[in-house]
Amino acid sequence: MSEVIDASHDHHDHHGPAAGLARWLFTTNHKDIGTLYLWFAFLMLLIGGTMALIIRAELFQPGLQFVAPEFFNQMTTNHGLIMVFGAIMPAFVGLANWLVPMMVGAPDMALPRMNNLSFWILPFAFGMLISTLFMEAGGPNFGWTFYAPLSTTYAPETVTFFIFGVHMMGASSIMGSINIIATILNMRAPGMTLMKMPLFVWTWLITAYLLLAVMPVLAGAVTMMLFDIHFGTSFFNAAGGGDPVMFQHIFWFFGHPEVYIMILPAFGIVSAIIPTFARKPLFGYDSMVYATASIAFLSFIVWAHHMFTVGMPLAGQLFFMYSTMLIAIPTGVKVFNWVATMWQGSMTFETPMLFAIAFVVLFTIGGFSGLMLAITPVDYQYHDTYFVVAHFHYVLVPGALFSIIAAVYYWLPKWCGRMYDEKLGKLHFWLSFIGVNVTFFPQHFSGLAGMPRRIPDYALQFADFNMISSCGAFIFGFSQLLLMYIVIKAIRSGQPATDRVWEGAHGLEWTLPSPAPYHSFTEPPKITDADAHS
Amino acid sequence: MLEIRLETRTGSIECGGVRRFGFRRVALLLHVVSAVDGAKGINRIYLMQGAWKVKVKNNWLKPVAAMAAALSVTGLGADELNMRQGVTDISRSVYDLHMLIFWICVVIGVVVFGLIFWSVIHHRKSAGAVPAQFHESTKLEIAWTLVPTLILIAMAWPATKVLVSMYDTGGEDMTVEVRGYQWKWQYKYLDDDFNRTFGFFSTMATPQNEIQNQAAKGEHYLLEVDKPLRIPTNRKVRFLITSEDVIHAWWVPDFGIKRDAIPGMVNELWTIVEEPGVYRGQCTELCGKDHGFMPIVVEAMPEAEYDAWYVEQLEAEEIRKEALSKVFTPEELMAEGEAVYGTFCASCHMPNGKGVPPVFPALDGSAIAIGPLEDHLDIIVNGKQGTAMQAFGRQLDAAQIAAVTHYERHAWSNNVGDETQPRDVIEYMAGQE
Repeated sequence: MSEVIDASHDHHDHHGPAAGLARWLFTTNHKDIGTLYLWFAFLMLLIGGTMALIIRAELFQPGLQFVAPEFFNQMTTNHGLIMVFGAIMPAFVGLANWLVPMMVGAPDMALPRMNNLSFWILPFAFGMLISTLFMEAGGPNFGWTFYAPLSTTYAPETVTFFIFGVHMMGASSIMGSINIIATILNMRAPGMTLMKMPLFVWTWLITAYLLLAVMPVLAGAVTMMLFDIHFGTSFFNAAGGGDPVMFQHIFWFFGHPEVYIMILPAFGIVSAIIPTFARKPLFGYDSMVYATASIAFLSFIVWAHHMFTVGMPLAGQLFFMYSTMLIAIPTGVKVFNWVATMWQGSMTFETPMLFAIAFVVLFTIGGFSGLMLAITPVDYQYHDTYFVVAHFHYVLVPGALFSIIAAVYYWLPKWCGRMYDEKLGKLHFWLSFIGVNVTFFPQHFSGLAGMPRRIPDYALQFADFNMISSCGAFIFGFSQLLLMYIVIKAIRSGQPATDRVWEGAHGLEWTLPSPAPYHSFTEPPKITDADAHS
Repeated sequence: MLEIRLETRTGSIECGGVRRFGFRRVALLLHVVSAVDGAKGINRIYLMQGAWKVKVKNNWLKPVAAMAAALSVTGLGADELNMRQGVTDISRSVYDLHMLIFWICVVIGVVVFGLIFWSVIHHRKSAGAVPAQFHESTKLEIAWTLVPTLILIAMAWPATKVLVSMYDTGGEDMTVEVRGYQWKWQYKYLDDDFNRTFGFFSTMATPQNEIQNQAAKGEHYLLEVDKPLRIPTNRKVRFLITSEDVIHAWWVPDFGIKRDAIPGMVNELWTIVEEPGVYRGQCTELCGKDHGFMPIVVEAMPEAEYDAWYVEQLEAEEIRKEALSKVFTPEELMAEGEAVYGTFCASCHMPNGKGVPPVFPALDGSAIAIGPLEDHLDIIVNGKQGTAMQAFGRQLDAAQIAAVTHYERHAWSNNVGDETQPRDVIEYMAGQE
């Protein structure tokens, strides 16, 4: 993804990238930083994925085979933290870095030095988090949701490193989102009005505001933990007058918008890819923007649906049930719009389109289980079982992750000026598609049959579906190495790409040469209707 | 349970019953298929599950039938595939609601995915499709906002009714306090008359060698306890749910109830079970190392049987109280101590006393276990702040503490040579106040 044009090919009279390692350490270029983010996210995907495979290996059969329960808990916790904060979020920020300036007709991001800083915090944050696994007391083992008091009074001593790590990730995310907001609001080319922006830009603008709103809440939660652990306060300790449930309210006030932070940019990506390969404009652009904004608003008033079993009063349960059900409406609008975009189009099925269609179908399945989980009295039976695991993996893996993979295939030719191998891309898609469903669909069944999540061993009636699920996980995990091979092969020896790359592509980024010049638009482009909202 | 019988000219071969369970089932399938394929002499195959029976005569169909039937029978057992209907009014209405919403989702899914697949097949460039250029329709947008809203209202109405009925606490016939500990449950039968109150701990009974794959796993692997919670049928039982340490969750799927056990708070649940039987569940909130090993077993008994059992428990409680003033022999202390250790200490400090350093220290040869009795009692009675070591003075009585202390001082390579009696513990605890 990194093969940006070098100086000798640069027809504009501008500086190219610096040579060697300094280019990456000190870069303020949005493309370089985007590349760093994407490779970092891929590395984290492999590390978090390895942890997932350790989990699935242990769960292949009943009984303890490979790891002890203490280590198993460290694996589930770190898998979650690394995938959420290390893989999905940085990958989206990387895509925003690469694409937002090109899509709005800007030369670079608005705050390039802060951009460098917000990336380079991440390797240190995750280096510290992962290093705890090698310490004597072991890494965090209280789940990625780190409920107090398991994460305070009863936590391993390394929890302080975890808290510091979360603070650093939060700082990185806040800087990243300030940068994206500043770029979108200030750097658009003349004529690029808000309602002409591509949906990817719109969804990221809204996502950036969500990040700004909730990352400080997360920082507050971990700071209170820090005080409870080291400075004798009792925020989350009932014996000292605090409240363990308050932790969950604060965590999920961050956590639910966080869920949408991981899916709204995906909506933007799919809204770019489907019109291109259907050769037909996106259906209902305005309603897509409004639906995104509604989902963002609703994300702030539904948090306690993660906590239906903590013992809230009836009125609270009803409020959170109704508000959660409402999310189905704007989400439905989006799905219907994508279907209407495909309808009577002239579709071809290159790899990005395959991933995008799979996204629509499988994300919708995740939406259905989400709707079922919203129904409070039934949620008591689903809560903290594998049904929930199946639900959120359906929205995060064939949801968020598929959209990121689709984006990489879709824009890679623009980034490096070369095409990927279409046959291998399709093979990668089918392996991923089969793998993801074989892994996660059976988890609906084990959850309904009563298997709790986060257990290293299980009763015999859950054996079959766990075995199937583990087989799928290994197929899915190893197919992602194919993605790495395809991307590297494209960068090194792919066929040269045209400027427009895809027959049906619209949007400013396709008016630039392939590969895109080091500085995107040095002169503001003219906005034509054809280029507006891809 | 699936049974397969192959009848041959010389007699019949029983392939035995098989629990639905991973490798064993695959092995059985292979066994059946190869037997059918190899032995031309087989006249009939019977596949049986309960009253259900299939006879396969046609030779070339036999392997196919055996495979398909065995897969469908074993693969689609209701207890592996869907939510249980359960045994209470609440659990049945929850099941109905679950199925209602499931089918609504299926219908919407069929329509939406159907449109996508239709489009994928018919509106493809290779099929000569020419793209239309429409990209807006206010009418459609209004329709697919309003229709889902109506569907949601249709879901919310019955859901609200069920939820309201679940919150109908009060009017209970009896109350049980459920208290979560790392990693066991304590049940206390509450009564206005203190002399009619008693309680006990309920700990997983699955032996370590089954978990470590050194012995065959039993039918209720991980879902069995030493002492189940017993409740009467047809009476409204109220549960008060709380925790001693971290957050746990108490769940019995067949009753359709689940609630978090939160330290410092008391949550309320209730149930009326109509059918006598044994109902099994698990802790469903991550609570540390042995979260997967703290099952819940509830035995619902006919009312008369339950009342008789309750009286027995009250009598046993009297005997237990008498033990506090007794003097035991070292052998008695070791025997009782080993039992207490197995229930309360072994999950962290391990049955061999070696612990799981550095998180759970070893007791074998530890400075405390072979040091002064005062210090040893202090850590057992008061626990250790900031660690998983609990204050067992709140969980065990003086006789149990004396026995387990004596045991720890004389088990493995430890051999202090003293005796710890209940009165030593009582004196120690009195001295603290």
